Amino acid sequence: MKLLTHIVKNEWKSLLRGKWVIGYGLIFLLLTDSLLRFGGGGAETLLSISNVMLLFIPLVGMIYGILYIYQSKEFVELLLTQPINRRVLYWGLYLGIATPLMSAFIIGAALPLAWHNILLLDGSSAALVLGLGGILTLIFVALGFVLGLFFYDDRIKGFGFTIVIWLFLAILYDGLILLMVFAFGNYPLDRFVIIVSMLNPIDLARILVMLEFDISALMGYTGAVFNRFFGSNLGILVSGGMLAIWLALPSWIGLRVFNKKDF
Amino acid sequence: MIEVEELKKSFGNLQVLKGMNLSIPSGQATGIVGPNGAGKTTLIKTLLGLVKPDSGTIRVMDTTLNGDWLYRKYIGYMPQVARYPENMKVHELLDFIKGLRDQEAVYEEELIDQFNLKPELNKPLRTLSGGNRQKVGATLAMMFNPEILFFDEPTAGLDPRSSHKFKQRVQSEKENGKTVIITSHIMSELEQLVDHVIFILDGKIRYYGSMQQLLDQSKEERLEAAIARMMESDDEVSA
Repeated sequence: MKLLTHIVKNEWKSLLRGKWVIGYGLIFLLLTDSLLRFGGGGAETLLSISNVMLLFIPLVGMIYGILYIYQSKEFVELLLTQPINRRVLYWGLYLGIATPLMSAFIIGAALPLAWHNILLLDGSSAALVLGLGGILTLIFVALGFVLGLFFYDDRIKGFGFTIVIWLFLAILYDGLILLMVFAFGNYPLDRFVIIVSMLNPIDLARILVMLEFDISALMGYTGAVFNRFFGSNLGILVSGGMLAIWLALPSWIGLRVFNKKDF
Repeated sequence: MIEVEELKKSFGNLQVLKGMNLSIPSGQATGIVGPNGAGKTTLIKTLLGLVKPDSGTIRVMDTTLNGDWLYRKYIGYMPQVARYPENMKVHELLDFIKGLRDQEAVYEEELIDQFNLKPELNKPLRTLSGGNRQKVGATLAMMFNPEILFFDEPTAGLDPRSSHKFKQRVQSEKENGKTVIITSHIMSELEQLVDHVIFILDGKIRYYGSMQQLLDQSKEERLEAAIARMMESDDEVSA
């Protein structure tokens, strides 16, 4: 435990000095503030923020995770020759880079929400959006780690897969489902759509936002089905549970790969 | 004390280590030589636990390696390429590694003095020259006074003065009874630093013994010529 915090602390220090993370937080601060100013506050603004978040956090998280692996190859190898457990090192590095990114988003977006009084008026919705952003950050940094470890010596492939996975999950996925529903519209597809949308963490987050704001029809097809099938409360519970599984899965795969890898 | 039995490792279809047997007693200075791609780095990485062998056993200081990590407290390793987090300062890096190892950095001050690193301590690592980064690497490897020292191409980026200082330091570690293992392509350097040679060719140990014996056998005066002759005779056999 002491070792873990030692490694995490060191990563924090390095990252904060890099200023990169602070810039990332500032972008969300400016964005949220301007959205609140133009949108006049309320649910619409939170929705706009969550739309931006659903699009960009996965991309930034993955790029950030994979970039870390590529940039710190030699350093990680040096650390692996020290008398420490690989498992501790893995969690130290992962938490050390994922949590600053997560905090940058949460703090950056929460500050304007606080000074525009949204946190007081619409606290639970705001907390949901911020929390989802945080969870997505953790999931996608872990995915970036996994990709980096998997394509350890082939950066082009690593970055290529990162972009493709992002395009697929963030942009194409809902469209493909819609296309399928359109093509097989004569069959009962509800159950299928629900299962498929659970396989995509971005979709899950989107569904949670929708159920919270009760605007299913506005945010894509899968959400509408989800809402009709589960109703709000059960839907939030199920998709929340699936998101928790998603939170554990990539980081666990990353740990397995890290433990077995030849460096 | 390092013992290796029937060590095998493949990367995909490429068999890199084809059954190595090796015993390096404590206090011996050993040079590992061989052409590029012969398996030198893989051997060292396997001993360090960076690479996991397909089969065979390794014992380091009476610990049989099987996912263990504590044995590495006896080891100091200086990698061939020294790249560190860019924003970290030199003294922060030293402190960080000290926090990872629950050992006293007995030689920290001494090594910093020897390598003239004092003026660099407060600089971020990215601003350091390649040679200075190598010296930081050497300091990290030796400051905990470990029993076993691994150096992978240690003097490749050092200027003559630092290289001389480094060799002096390795000499004195040797005299203190440390097990020193060096890979290098510079044979004259190995002549100065080691007394035993492991010659690896194509994933196997082609020769392991004292350097003097090798020179006597091959009737050469220099290590470089003896090794070159050994490689040539191998080519003739295979041809």
